[in-house]
Amino acid sequence: MTTIDHPTTSNGAAARPSGLAGIPLLAPDAPAQTKKEFTSDQEVRWCPGCGDYAILAAVQSFLPELGLKRENITFVSGIGCSSRFPYYLDTYGMHSIHGRAPAIATGLATSRPDQNVWVVTGDGDALSIGGNHLIHALRRNVNMTILLFNNEIYGLTKGQYSPTSRVGQVTKSSPLGSVDQPFNPVSLALGAEATFVARTMDSDRKHLTAILRAAAEHRGTSLVEIYQNCPIFNDGAFELIKDRTQQEARIVHLLDGEPVQVGPEDDRKTLVRMPGGRQEFVAADSLPEGAEVVVHDAGAEDPSQAFALSRLNTPEMTHVPMGIFRSVSRPTYDDGVRAQVRAAVDTAGGPATDDDLAALLRGRDTWTVG
Amino acid sequence: MSSKTVQKLDRVVIRFAGDSGDGMQLTGDRFTSETAAMGNDLSTLPNFPAEIRAPQGTLPGVSSFQLHFADHDVLTPGDAPDVLVAMNPAALKANLADVPRGATIIVNTDEFSKRNLAKVGYAESPIDDGSLESFHVHPVPLTSITVDALAAFDGLTRKEKERAKNMFALGLLSWMYTRPTTGTEAFLTKKFGAHPEILEANLAALRAGWNYGETTEDFASSYEIAPAVMPPGTYRNITGNTALAHGLVAAAHQAKLPLVLGSYPITPASDILHALSALKRHDVTTIQAEDEIAGIGIALGASFGGAIGVTTTSGPGVALKSETIGLAVSLELPLIIVDVQRGGPSTGLPTKTEQADLLQAMYGRNGESPVPIVAPSTPADCFDAAFEAVRIATAYRTPVFILSDGYLANGSEPWAVPEVSELPDLQVEFASEPNGVDDKGEPVFHPFLRDPETLARPWAVPGTAGLEHRIGGIEKADVTGNISYDPDNHDKMTRLRAAKVAGIAGIPDVVVEDPSGEARLLVLGWGSTQGPIAAAVRAVRNAGHSVASAHLRHLNPFPANLGEVLRSYDRVVVPEMNLGQLSMLLRAEFLVDVRPHTSVRGLPFSTVDLADVILTHLEELA
Repeated sequence: MTTIDHPTTSNGAAARPSGLAGIPLLAPDAPAQTKKEFTSDQEVRWCPGCGDYAILAAVQSFLPELGLKRENITFVSGIGCSSRFPYYLDTYGMHSIHGRAPAIATGLATSRPDQNVWVVTGDGDALSIGGNHLIHALRRNVNMTILLFNNEIYGLTKGQYSPTSRVGQVTKSSPLGSVDQPFNPVSLALGAEATFVARTMDSDRKHLTAILRAAAEHRGTSLVEIYQNCPIFNDGAFELIKDRTQQEARIVHLLDGEPVQVGPEDDRKTLVRMPGGRQEFVAADSLPEGAEVVVHDAGAEDPSQAFALSRLNTPEMTHVPMGIFRSVSRPTYDDGVRAQVRAAVDTAGGPATDDDLAALLRGRDTWTVG
Repeated sequence: MSSKTVQKLDRVVIRFAGDSGDGMQLTGDRFTSETAAMGNDLSTLPNFPAEIRAPQGTLPGVSSFQLHFADHDVLTPGDAPDVLVAMNPAALKANLADVPRGATIIVNTDEFSKRNLAKVGYAESPIDDGSLESFHVHPVPLTSITVDALAAFDGLTRKEKERAKNMFALGLLSWMYTRPTTGTEAFLTKKFGAHPEILEANLAALRAGWNYGETTEDFASSYEIAPAVMPPGTYRNITGNTALAHGLVAAAHQAKLPLVLGSYPITPASDILHALSALKRHDVTTIQAEDEIAGIGIALGASFGGAIGVTTTSGPGVALKSETIGLAVSLELPLIIVDVQRGGPSTGLPTKTEQADLLQAMYGRNGESPVPIVAPSTPADCFDAAFEAVRIATAYRTPVFILSDGYLANGSEPWAVPEVSELPDLQVEFASEPNGVDDKGEPVFHPFLRDPETLARPWAVPGTAGLEHRIGGIEKADVTGNISYDPDNHDKMTRLRAAKVAGIAGIPDVVVEDPSGEARLLVLGWGSTQGPIAAAVRAVRNAGHSVASAHLRHLNPFPANLGEVLRSYDRVVVPEMNLGQLSMLLRAEFLVDVRPHTSVRGLPFSTVDLADVILTHLEELA
């Protein structure tokens, strides 16, 4: 069992431990891995035009970059279209049952610190049937990356509304429009004490890859919401931010240390916090009296600003923040559990011998019959 | 030395009964330890309410602890107490019906106030109204004597002094039955070491109780029960839950694998979680999950990673875990599911025992989903059952049920501690290299290529180069494990999974005990009914009748000779703490018209009642 020595920087401050620490790397002289090596021999069976293809391609292309041995990567999924993902990757994988992937991954990640653990899930899998496991994984901060494909619909069961479907959405099970209030997955994750929360989109390979990189590097549970188009049951759900003529006015790129801005260069708006706390986008040259420019700080301990940013998102998609909302370092659950076991074993003088087991079985109060 | 007489007895049943807050479980535990140290054989039955503190002095708040000890082998905690210690009117009222005439009752008269009597519906004190005439009643003002004995402890409030009355009672009983108190003194020293005054007060109360017995005229004699003749060995007293935890740890040790428990607290299984969480030194990882489903998910994830994954629960938890058990059946990974059964359905009787989860364990999943079942028969047998479950799970890559119950979980008995060197080796071989070739002749790993003998598939754990593979709950193609919706493949895989479980080797034949060799009636039990059945059968035989008995520990698959055994008797009676679940399985499997005898009172069978049932069947056969 490995325990992670958290590194310190040259000035003595604690550096952030890597999510990849403790996982065996390829030999330095090993040939570089390719996307092909991470592609399994199974035929991909998503519908033509499904956003999952783009995400799969991005992940397959990105994984070699980690430089890990393939056998030390495991993908665990639940049930749903996205949960077929592990079958298409030539790593270890488990396609489990509906909603339970975070729990199963917790058992694997805690007992196997040498595994780079990924969970692939959807909006129904993660937020409806598996909501409890998701929030508790985030709260515990188990070292793993959760990719939440959000297409705002149930796909595999053929088109019922999901916990992220918008109010009024007409689906097979809501012919008069859904009356369910949807979850905002980023807000939910922040409320569940998540240490890493990001949002990206299936069609933006570059952004998606950058987020995957940061998520894998983060030690703890990384939640990545990926907007994903379902061309069959909810086509165009994200069209407003995919459409090149509109996206610039709507997507708020979260850049750490930078003011939060939206809009084309000639009409850029900056997010300000008004006295009293209300947020508002204003023209850069007309700051209202008492307004404070919001500078994005993903590493802020207090998640309030990250939460406020998550609330910019409305069903109308007027402003959609993309990027890393929050990325803070907090001891992980699995490191803590392993440290306790390790300390108990070390204090007792090493792994239990037959004599140690015999002492346990005898207990403190024995008698002998001759 | 006392000038009082000492009488010799061969067996005694004592029941301590009081309010939930009176410390009766602790008193019983300590008396049990003292008795074990004396070398008596023993069996215990704690009985407590589900509420942590029901309203004081009421019937629902009564907690009791029964102990049966003897100079010979003890099979049950005993039907009827020879001695009842009643700490208040509620304890007297709740237990009196079980006490046979002529038995001894020690009552704490201080608690027999008008108010307390009224709480349980006594118009007059039963101590004074003659209703206890046919018992040997010792009225003892336990509370006030304890408080008086602790008069010198200025730093303690009256309430704190009163709280030591259970130690006074323990001291009195220890004198009566000549039990040593050194073990209890050591125990108290450890428990209250940080509070010297409370420690001294408890020790003083204990001594005062002993001295009270020795000096007052009310108690004319004390009793001795000679040590039982037991096979040579080192013994300890152990509860079922502790034995189960230790069995899991020992099995993991012998398998040279880490143990990972994923569990959600539930009565009466939580003590296994507590025990294992204190055994980190033995490479045990415990994860208290957010719910029952996560508990088993965590265990299964750990099994996938090459650990011995365990989840512990009771019936309601099994219901929640069913889907994941099905996944484990489909994935063919080792997994241990411990079900400490309690009264059901739904929340049922959380602190009472029952055996009504057998069919749930057997069939409570969607699809054809066979799971082996092992049921311990005594508290100490929980160790062996856990060990056996791990053997089956790892060798056959299958989830395995351990069906314990509340009676075994909290009951205790002396256990001959096994030598570690004599424990079987459970070492597992993980797959380490490809086991097939693909279309192009390249080596590949086939996760569902089975061992021809056991039908077990290879256990290839993440981290093994070249064996990267994906498994899931969707039906898998034979050999390759790829997704397959092919009708013939599903039929084949379903039959293979069934055949694998049906063919589990190493299950001993069921052994029939029939000393006369002439029995026409067989009494067959399973799980925790072993003690009561053996005691009842012994009583019937002692009365001059022939009756055979046998006990099942493997419920799935059954021992290979079971059908033959059932068919060789004119009648088979199956006592169960459910409405006939094993009977149903036996009838379906063997077409033998077994006769169920059932009871779901939340308590183990009474030996006397069972003996009557057996005698009735014998009469019908005559």
